[in-house]
Amino acid sequence: MPSKPAGTLYRGREGMWSWVAHRITGVGIFFFLLVHVLDTALVRVSPEAYNEVIGTYKNPIVGLMEVGLVGAILFHAFNGIRLILVDFWAKGPRNQRKLMIGVGVVWVVLFVPFVARHLTHVFGG
Amino acid sequence: MDVKVKILRYNPEVVDEAEWKTYAVTLQPTDRVLDALHKIKWEQDGTLTFRRSCAHGVCGSDAMRINGRNRLACKTLIKDLNPEKEITVEPIKGLPVLKDLVVDMEPFFDAYRSVMPFLVTSGHEPTRERIQSQADRDRFDDTTKCILCAACTTSCPVFWSDGQYFGPQAIVGAHRFIFDSRDEGTEQRLEILNDKEGVWRCRTTFNCTDACPRGIEVTKAIQEVKRALIFRRV
Ligand code: SF4
Ligand code: FES
Repeated sequence: MPSKPAGTLYRGREGMWSWVAHRITGVGIFFFLLVHVLDTALVRVSPEAYNEVIGTYKNPIVGLMEVGLVGAILFHAFNGIRLILVDFWAKGPRNQRKLMIGVGVVWVVLFVPFVARHLTHVFGG
Repeated sequence: MDVKVKILRYNPEVVDEAEWKTYAVTLQPTDRVLDALHKIKWEQDGTLTFRRSCAHGVCGSDAMRINGRNRLACKTLIKDLNPEKEITVEPIKGLPVLKDLVVDMEPFFDAYRSVMPFLVTSGHEPTRERIQSQADRDRFDDTTKCILCAACTTSCPVFWSDGQYFGPQAIVGAHRFIFDSRDEGTEQRLEILNDKEGVWRCRTTFNCTDACPRGIEVTKAIQEVKRALIFRRV
């Protein structure tokens, strides 16, 4: 075996890249949920501690992270539906590319208005 | 036309590491990548090692990664590859490289053998042929076309990171008998593929479907086996 894989990256199509994106967004959402469960659990410690921690989230950097979070969740959710259809709907595999386009369209339709509204909140005060 | 072909060379008897070598060859646009490899081997460097037998897309010997995707060298025309740029040729991924473009196919064939790719029946052999309706025959028509080239299995990201996974081809091989009305080994094959290294490893990246030189809808075949397992109905 070559000691270093000197080969190129496999040039997969949307199927492979959506799988990569599904993994990345999945791991990202997992870490968000971890933090989210922890900070929400602070209420049990003391409401003041909770308020203090949640207060630190009110800044533009976290605001931008929220944009990323919503983008990731939207993709993960709708691509998840696509994957279920690919596995369970008899015509799914043959239509996977169309389903992928559907995921993209729904993602844009929901994400763009969200970003517009969210950012006016974050930066507009 | 003058074409540059960049090949990932590896000779374990000389160096430890694979390295890229570029060759300039004059070809017709309608030549195939296999013709380019022949020209290089015959006219420039006789040590270049690759497999091929039929040279016409029937035997499945010459699957390799051409411009980053698994293809048969004998079915890939130069003009379809954007020949203004260098054409890259590497061995298929996930199987041990023996030399240059030749990989050890044994793990791949082992997976194929383990799904019992032969007709299983019980009772006396009939004196006449085993009758099957056209509709029944059509159910597995697609998966009879497989030529065991390994393009699908070695295009699968799951197989690259987990060599234990049966891989798309073994599932195609099993599908061909699972959905054959004359066969009686369905239960056993489904049990084999219900393994944690079986169909459930499939992440539907569709790399296999894209790679198959026979145009088999590999992911669809895998999905049909998954559904047969879930609903216990073939
Ligand atoms: S299913 Fe297609 S890609 Fe896979 S081994 Fe058979 S012919 Fe080759
Ligand atoms: S050499 Fe036989 S399939 Fe290409």
